[in-house]
Amino acid sequence: MSDSIIGAGAIGSGPKRIDGQRKVTGAAPYAADHHPDNVAYGYGVFSTIASGTVAGLDLDAARQSPGVIDIFHHEHFPELHRSPSSMAQGNKVEETRLPFEDNKVYYEGQFVALVVADTFENARAAARKVGVNYKSDQAIANLDQGVTAHGTQKGQGNHERGDAAGNFDGAAHSIDVTYTTPVETHNPMEMHASVASWEGDRLTIFESSQGVVQQQGALAKIFGIPPEHIRVESPFIGSGFGAKLWMWPHAVAASAAAREIGRPVQLVVPRQQMFTTTGHRPETCQRMRLATDENGKLVSLRHESINTTSFTDQYVETCGSVTKSLYSCPNLTVSHETTQVNRGTPTSMRAPGAAPGLFALESAIDEMALEAGVDPLEFRMNNYAERDESLDLDFSSNHIREATERAAEKFGWHDRNPDVGSMRDGHEIIGYGMAACNWEALKRECEARVSLRADGTAYVTCATQDIGTGTYTIIAQTVSDLTGLPIEKITVRLGDTSYPKGPISGGSWTTATTLPAVAAATRKAIEELKGYATSGKGDFADAASDSLTFENGQLTHDGQSVDYVDVLKGQKLASADGHAHTQGADSQYSYRSFGAHFVEVRWDPGISNLRVSRVVSAIDVGRVINSMTARNQVEGAIVMGLGMAHFEATEYDARNGRPVNNNYAEYVVPVHADQPPEVDVILLDYPDLEFNEFGARGIGEIGITGMAAAVANAVYHATGKRIRDLPIFKEKLMENIPAVQSA
Amino acid sequence: MHNFDYARADSTRQAVSSHGPDKQAAYLAGGTTLLDLVKIDIMRPEQVVDINRLDLKRIETLNDGRTRIGALVTNTALARDERIASDYAVLSEALLSGATTQLRNKATTAGNVMQRVRCPYFRDGVSNCNKREPGSGCAAIEGHNRSVHAVLGTSEHCIATHPSDMCVAMAAIGATITVEGPEGQREIDFLDFHLLPGDTPEREHALKPGELITHVTLDAPLDNSRSHYLKLRDRASYQFALASSAVIVTLEGDTITDARVALGGVGTRPWRAHEAEAALKGQKATEATFQKAAGIAFKSATPYAHNAFKIPLGQQAIVRNLTTLTA
Ligand SMILES: Cc1cc2nc3c(=O)[nH]c(=O)nc-3n(C[C@H](O)[C@H](O)[C@H](O)COP(=O)(O)OP(=O)(O)OC[C@H]3O[C@@H](n4cnc5c(N)ncnc54)[C@H](O)[C@@H]3O)c2cc1C
Ligand code: SF4
Repeated sequence: MSDSIIGAGAIGSGPKRIDGQRKVTGAAPYAADHHPDNVAYGYGVFSTIASGTVAGLDLDAARQSPGVIDIFHHEHFPELHRSPSSMAQGNKVEETRLPFEDNKVYYEGQFVALVVADTFENARAAARKVGVNYKSDQAIANLDQGVTAHGTQKGQGNHERGDAAGNFDGAAHSIDVTYTTPVETHNPMEMHASVASWEGDRLTIFESSQGVVQQQGALAKIFGIPPEHIRVESPFIGSGFGAKLWMWPHAVAASAAAREIGRPVQLVVPRQQMFTTTGHRPETCQRMRLATDENGKLVSLRHESINTTSFTDQYVETCGSVTKSLYSCPNLTVSHETTQVNRGTPTSMRAPGAAPGLFALESAIDEMALEAGVDPLEFRMNNYAERDESLDLDFSSNHIREATERAAEKFGWHDRNPDVGSMRDGHEIIGYGMAACNWEALKRECEARVSLRADGTAYVTCATQDIGTGTYTIIAQTVSDLTGLPIEKITVRLGDTSYPKGPISGGSWTTATTLPAVAAATRKAIEELKGYATSGKGDFADAASDSLTFENGQLTHDGQSVDYVDVLKGQKLASADGHAHTQGADSQYSYRSFGAHFVEVRWDPGISNLRVSRVVSAIDVGRVINSMTARNQVEGAIVMGLGMAHFEATEYDARNGRPVNNNYAEYVVPVHADQPPEVDVILLDYPDLEFNEFGARGIGEIGITGMAAAVANAVYHATGKRIRDLPIFKEKLMENIPAVQSA
Repeated sequence: MHNFDYARADSTRQAVSSHGPDKQAAYLAGGTTLLDLVKIDIMRPEQVVDINRLDLKRIETLNDGRTRIGALVTNTALARDERIASDYAVLSEALLSGATTQLRNKATTAGNVMQRVRCPYFRDGVSNCNKREPGSGCAAIEGHNRSVHAVLGTSEHCIATHPSDMCVAMAAIGATITVEGPEGQREIDFLDFHLLPGDTPEREHALKPGELITHVTLDAPLDNSRSHYLKLRDRASYQFALASSAVIVTLEGDTITDARVALGGVGTRPWRAHEAEAALKGQKATEATFQKAAGIAFKSATPYAHNAFKIPLGQQAIVRNLTTLTA
């Protein structure tokens, strides 16, 4: 065989999403589109206090409400077990406490009861009739209150090298500044949903999930049944951004309710509770202390971060994860701490750690450069690390200098007037800002199965998911590349635990993880095919299997070719199959992706309007597998980063910890009209062959990192105001705001 | 959601009688306010009267130059009407700055006039809210009050803004609301229609129980006037105003001969700034004049913890709008 070199055909090109048509025509079933026979509908009763206990429930009115089947709560819920919550074991959950475990309330919007009725409307109507009598305690409503009330706990991901404190005081230039980021909420369009059905002690659950295998494992632990008895299906999801990586309490509630009432149960998490009981990016407070020598070389760097977590679990937002290795600095400290507040458990949100962390780091680098009197671009060029000093390893591939320079060139950075407020256009003041972006390249264990079938098609299965990123398509491209079959002849099935185990769709590792497994399985299927062809009954009965080549669906030996379909048909075989199991990344190198954002903002002081008008980003993510879906990931991440920069914040009432803007109208994310008129994404496309044979690292998250800092740096250039607290609301840039007497 | 009885009316008479003078009934127009609030149990009508079949979908120019708009004319139809777009540009622009295309296709003229406040404490169903539960207090005053709370016309009982854009333009233009009720037909001046919260924030408008809005009649446009709606917010679309201005001016040379200024996003009702108008009339169209008028418009403003910025922002909405119109 021609060694099936990846990259010869479909890889790198941009075929359209193979699932696109089904999605836009409504033919793709999402979790809540499933209404199995005899299904009942659940609706939650959610706590309206953030801290305390449920002293009593008045269920009379609800029980009499039409269609009610049962009402579950802490005194009426089956005895279940907790999941150990281990990713390695395949049963991770973020919130380990089970719903209705006891009468405690840890956050507003926590399940305190679940009404199950014959229709969704009846369940909802009855849920509103449940009377809950609370004993309310003073809530810890935010990070400051948490730190004041009970201090912090140590987190993980810390790092120390050299003596950062000792080299700070006497340094030529230094800054000591603190940044904060608010709670951000994922808000995928599709709400979390579970549809659970039992048959004996076997559970099937349709879920909007980024990780069916982990959910299967967690449910197995919780219900005390073998994982093989549980099937989790999530073929399509209306995105997740991390909120759907790990199962949340609603899935446990739906599964338990279905078993208790002996009917399937559908449970959708309402939009309001998408802000409370399905995770969020926690609030952070990050102190940055940087110092340089006379020439602007970093001599000391400290990044100390605190984030909020829940009272039930510790979630660490590793804000300093990138700080450890992006810049060269002999004396460096990264530390993470958490403080408990009355909110649900936080979780990964697109580029966890790095997104808030690079807001602080890349803003601080800008401040440090100005303090040292160096152009921020030049400062970065002087300080970018040549190797990973935290791991003491070389980078597998790092083109950040080229990325920075190319983006700068295209953007026109060198033509800017660096003086604050010096660039104007009509009413608007123009500001330029830049920031580096960075994300770890990860790769996990994975299994996949490929069948080359006698009808001329290929069938591929893997229990990973396509969360809207294009996984279906790039898997088809891979099989097409290796077999020569056209994309239309390849069926890809994902998001079902009955398939070979695949990874969660997170960490930007799906591409690097699944493609090698799919390629290996394809090659095994081809080997099996050659075995058939060279067997006694085969077309090349006497040939050695490895003397055959396989290309464009043809097996060739000695100038003679046979279509693989004929090989199978000739022997009345349905298919030639391959099953592969590939391993995670080694630790020979530090594997990371790199890039830089350049942002133009326009501030109109006459109407206090800030807009991002231009973005040029150059990103080095290794080989690009599909130019359309890859670009789409970066463009989407840029827009999301822009939302992080100047719109997004879940606001909590400081008096009682209640989220205030928990809806799509008041939680402001960018809309189409906010898209910068010009977004230019340069993908460097250098294969990282140390990482995998595809040379691909992953692209889902890097684009959001650094964006908020690039905007903040541009805002400083335009206005002279250094905004260290996200989001950059207009009032932070306005003058003459009257003082307020009350509150 | 509570169950309710549903009746469909074929005539205004029938609508009014199906509704009755009972406060537990509600007219259903586009449903974009009503059904949202019914679903979250904030409005709990026992009887819903669907008025969508009524013959109230026309826009007519009257002999006296006024324009009569049927209650059921959608926000889209009104904004896109050629007479409105040319004679009342400010209204067309205000409508198009509101909500989204989908919502504007459903939303009606009367429904827009009657839309409820966006205050999250009103909508959460649990916080103290004098509008929802008279006498319970106002959670917003000492709570989170950045985007949908007012600085003008507030009281110690309620500080929620009237959220409409359309109404701000109508307040500037001048209009009359025609209603039909159990006691017959009557007319209400647009500026008297929305009530200040005072100590009865649960009373939002001048309708008597059971009255149906049938028309909104716009005053004749000012001769040779120019008008513009300027809406300021965080994102560029699909957000209620943080501050907005509807301005109509007439000029002779560079002197302002007449001016109408109304404000949105800052007031507890669509806010007509009469004193600011007086400060403009007869003055030269200069930045100084605009600044002065803007200052006057906000001289009685009360800032709250998170919305104090609306005072300068609202002034900017006036100044920039006038600058654009008189350039
Ligand atoms: C997400 C969202 C964003 C929005 N953004 C904006 C915005 O930016 N700017 C803006 O101005 N608006 C905005 N709106 C509000 C929207 O304009 C109103 O919901 C709409 O105008 C209401 O009209 P409707 O016909 O749907 O009213 P309905 O919901 O049918 O009725 C509203 C109220 O009026 C009563 N009613 C209806 N017709 C009559 C009548 N003829 N006589 C007496 N009472 C009547 C009803 O009983 C009900 O109480 C937004 C709404 C939503 C949901
Ligand atoms: S501002 Fe008005 S609507 Fe909001 S809580 Fe206070 S009384 Fe209720």
